[in-house]
Amino acid sequence: MAKGNVNVLVERCKGCAFCVEFCPTKVLALSSAFNSKGYHTPNLVTPEKCSGCDLCGMYCPDFAIYGFRIAEAPEASDAR
Amino acid sequence: MRADPKGVLTGTHFIDGDHSCCEGALAAGARFAAGYPITPSTEVVERFAMRIPTVGGTFIQMEDELAASITILGAVWGGAKAFTVTSGPGFSLMMEHIGYAAMTETPCVFVNVQRGGPSTGLPTLPAQADMMQARWGSHGDYEMIALCPNSPQECFDLTIRAFNLSEQYRTPVMFMMDECVGHMTEKVVIPPAGEIEIYPRRRSSLPPGSFKLFEPAEDLVPAMAHAGEGHRFHVTGLTHDERGYPSMTVPTQDRLVRRLADKIRKAEDKLTFIDEDGMEDAKVAVVSYGITSRVAERAIEMARQRGIKVGRARLIGVWPFPDRYLQTLSHRVHKFVVPEINLGQISREVARATGRHADTLPVLHAGGTVHQPEQILEAILEAAK
Amino acid sequence: MSALVQPQNPVEPFLRTERMPHIWCPGCGIGTTVNCFARALLDSKLDLDRVALVSGIGCTGRVAGYVKLDSFHTTHGRAIPFATGLKLANPGLSVVVYSGDGDLFAIGGNHLIHAARRNMDIKVICVNNLIYAMTGGQTAPTTPDMAITTTAPYGCYEPSFNLPYLAESAGASYVARWTTFHVRQLTRAMTEVLTRPGFCFIEVLSPCPTLYQRRNKMGDGLDAMKFYKEKSKTKNGAPTRDVDLTKDGEIVVGKFVDRVRPDYLELMRGRFREQLGDRYEEVEDLVCS
Repeated sequence: MAKGNVNVLVERCKGCAFCVEFCPTKVLALSSAFNSKGYHTPNLVTPEKCSGCDLCGMYCPDFAIYGFRIAEAPEASDAR
Repeated sequence: MRADPKGVLTGTHFIDGDHSCCEGALAAGARFAAGYPITPSTEVVERFAMRIPTVGGTFIQMEDELAASITILGAVWGGAKAFTVTSGPGFSLMMEHIGYAAMTETPCVFVNVQRGGPSTGLPTLPAQADMMQARWGSHGDYEMIALCPNSPQECFDLTIRAFNLSEQYRTPVMFMMDECVGHMTEKVVIPPAGEIEIYPRRRSSLPPGSFKLFEPAEDLVPAMAHAGEGHRFHVTGLTHDERGYPSMTVPTQDRLVRRLADKIRKAEDKLTFIDEDGMEDAKVAVVSYGITSRVAERAIEMARQRGIKVGRARLIGVWPFPDRYLQTLSHRVHKFVVPEINLGQISREVARATGRHADTLPVLHAGGTVHQPEQILEAILEAAK
Repeated sequence: MSALVQPQNPVEPFLRTERMPHIWCPGCGIGTTVNCFARALLDSKLDLDRVALVSGIGCTGRVAGYVKLDSFHTTHGRAIPFATGLKLANPGLSVVVYSGDGDLFAIGGNHLIHAARRNMDIKVICVNNLIYAMTGGQTAPTTPDMAITTTAPYGCYEPSFNLPYLAESAGASYVARWTTFHVRQLTRAMTEVLTRPGFCFIEVLSPCPTLYQRRNKMGDGLDAMKFYKEKSKTKNGAPTRDVDLTKDGEIVVGKFVDRVRPDYLELMRGRFREQLGDRYEEVEDLVCS
């Protein structure tokens, strides 16, 4: 289960790829899709490796991406 | 509201114009000044530096006039009433920030104790050759309010008026003294604080979020705010919208710059300060300002003694130029004698305003001293022929 | 089973979101420095209503327009004296100057050295992209030898300023240099200066992909970031005279100066108390009614 996830504000992104480069677990890549300005935006290619460290968020010059940790919900007790 | 007694040196004094100007600023509520030494204005800030620690405020001598002229703007946005003082060469350096103050509608006072120019000129001698610069010195379209005292007493009274006007119109005001008025020692009466009227800074009661720093009231003047009050506003010298955000478009430019101009132009009648007499049956009038008006008084007296009906119009406010007043006058008075210590600045304005119906006779002096009454008298006699 | 919690970007409350996307080029590092600054504001726990930001003219100067603080976009080179006035009128404000290398060290150089000399309690963040970017890529006092600019088309031949050395010599209490690669260290440094008194100076090397990088065939913003990563060497406490930059050489980063000196207001108040005693009218601020 992934420890984290990212959110991308697609219309802010300018495709600089800082997030792709500096992600410690290399979970991001610029997609072939692009936003209305023509920039290729990042997406999670290996989501299960995302730790939610938010280094992508810290590097992003456009405030277009941020990472967050996924909070663990209590386990469902279906095997009582 | 009334003046804060802490800044009012009530009493009868025998001081010069520079010192008196400082007292006027303190009485008006100025608690911050930034300056740079330049003859013949330095005494204003020297006195302020001496007085302000016991009144409650701050003075800082900055590293140049460029710094001084924007340090006072920072102080105003931090909440203070502030002013700076300089002379010709420093005035030239301050031009960018006079424009910035006009554009951002920062209420403050710039004092220029004029001296001989151009360039280094005559540091210790009077002139009135920065009058056009006071109005047009910075780039771009903006209007200006400028007052001209002609005595140390007026250096006190009119400095207070300058601060009041700056708050009323949320604009910088030029206080145009000259070396003669600045260094002349006369009786100055400072009344009790309760008798001094202060126009308070215009504030809004709107909460952060609703308040717009550049949204004008009916008189085209927006309310002022200070940093630290929770508005999280933005101020820029770029063309901006009512929120203060840069909006570099043709419609915004038109809206903003026209409003800045109209703010002053539409108030011309309220900003016309003239001291006049003897106009009822005059066919000749002497229009003068600053120290020259003192000499002109003598010349007018001499002319009247010879039976000449000459009117006197002393411009206390030179900008906005009293177009309407002079135009109206020019229907009856057909000759305007305009003495000034420069090679033709305000006399051109008089000619412009009255040219359809009247002639203007400038009495010009390149600077360094005041006119002789005889020079002005000669022109009056010529005009009265 | 886990619940997906999608919080807001922690930076959002600091931005004038209605003005996004901003004008900075793809790969420009200014936005990254603002990101760090926003996080530093959070970490510093300052009351944001009492933080004022002052900038000059240039690409970095545009920062003032994007942060949701009382912000002032002033004239070229004069952010520091404006900030001085702001601070002296209301000492309770935390005043940050956020501007570029040309604005702070060319036209604004005089004001910088005097504010440092006075130890004026303002925090100066200098984003150094080695060029005058907004106006199209002219030489700055920080442009390294041999770099191509539009006003040095054959390669810059002027010696360039060593900003930390200059700041320290002028009297700054705190001097550090980081790059936009060093996001964690930069955020920490910014938090540090926000919560300590005196004239504090942080230089941040940042890519200008459109002009500096492109004209010097150094790739784009990402290439610059990799360059910073490769060439940077952290030397905390290094003598600032030894940290000058060259076009392709080592980039010394770190916290170089951290000293305690009385700031301007302390000195002023101290003198008046000593000389005037009870007659000194000490006031908290100069805010008019």
